Amino acid sequence: MITLTHYLILTGLLFAIGLVGVMRRTNLLMLFFSTEILLNAVNIGFVAVSKYYGDFTGQMFAFFIIAVAASEVAVGLGLLILWYKRNGSVDLNSLQMMKG
Amino acid sequence: MYETVAFYIFSILTLGMFGIVVMSKNALYAMSALAGGMIFISGFFFILDAEFLGVVQIVVYSGAIMALYAFGMMFFDTTRDVSEKMRSKKIAYTLSILSAILIVAILCIPLVSESIEASYPAIENVGNIQMVGLILFTKYLVPFELAAIMLLVAMISGIVLASKKMDEHLAIEEDECEMLKEGK
Repeated sequence: MITLTHYLILTGLLFAIGLVGVMRRTNLLMLFFSTEILLNAVNIGFVAVSKYYGDFTGQMFAFFIIAVAASEVAVGLGLLILWYKRNGSVDLNSLQMMKG
Repeated sequence: MYETVAFYIFSILTLGMFGIVVMSKNALYAMSALAGGMIFISGFFFILDAEFLGVVQIVVYSGAIMALYAFGMMFFDTTRDVSEKMRSKKIAYTLSILSAILIVAILCIPLVSESIEASYPAIENVGNIQMVGLILFTKYLVPFELAAIMLLVAMISGIVLASKKMDEHLAIEEDECEMLKEGK
């Protein structure tokens, strides 16, 4: 029988994969992919809690998270295309202009 | 029984797909694996009786967001391998493992306390989609409208940002053509 703990552990694992991606990648496009993984992992957790406590608030939150993710991608990709046109690279190290 | 089997199959597939996204050096492989992982996640939503979210997950994530990434990738050089220069591997992996343990601990805290009551409990004989509509358009009407405005702003900003220098690039190409003609 699958309990809430199973889902929460899965959420934690997926979130860990996303965090590894965020820390490992230096390509900005790949960083966006990792962010999507983080948001999806949290969504699973919300929906699982919503099911096992019989409360619909979790599903509403997951719904709004999807909306936020969609707008984040639209704005982020626009900025990324602009940066690529200017610099010819989407590498995170190309953003270091101050040479600190 | 079926729920257990489905849960484990979807877990393994999702973890594998997202592992490919994080570890792959090719941007196209990473994007395809991400799209697959999104669809498998919608499987979890269907197991959890959240049909509406499952459909939204497929339509929005695998449809809209992945298409957006695919269009965005036309602007980048995706055939080249992604160069990764890691300065401190140990710090990154320790930090991620520590934060993962922290997240599991945070998520397990509600299980210890048994005094949680549902503020919007499910009504008998009302389907999931009907229930989502009932709650979304009563208790969460203002956040819903704000989300609509946010999506509109994001759409306009996406168009403005991506199309900013498109005419300039065309102008450069025309100049180059003229220069080539003069050279001949």
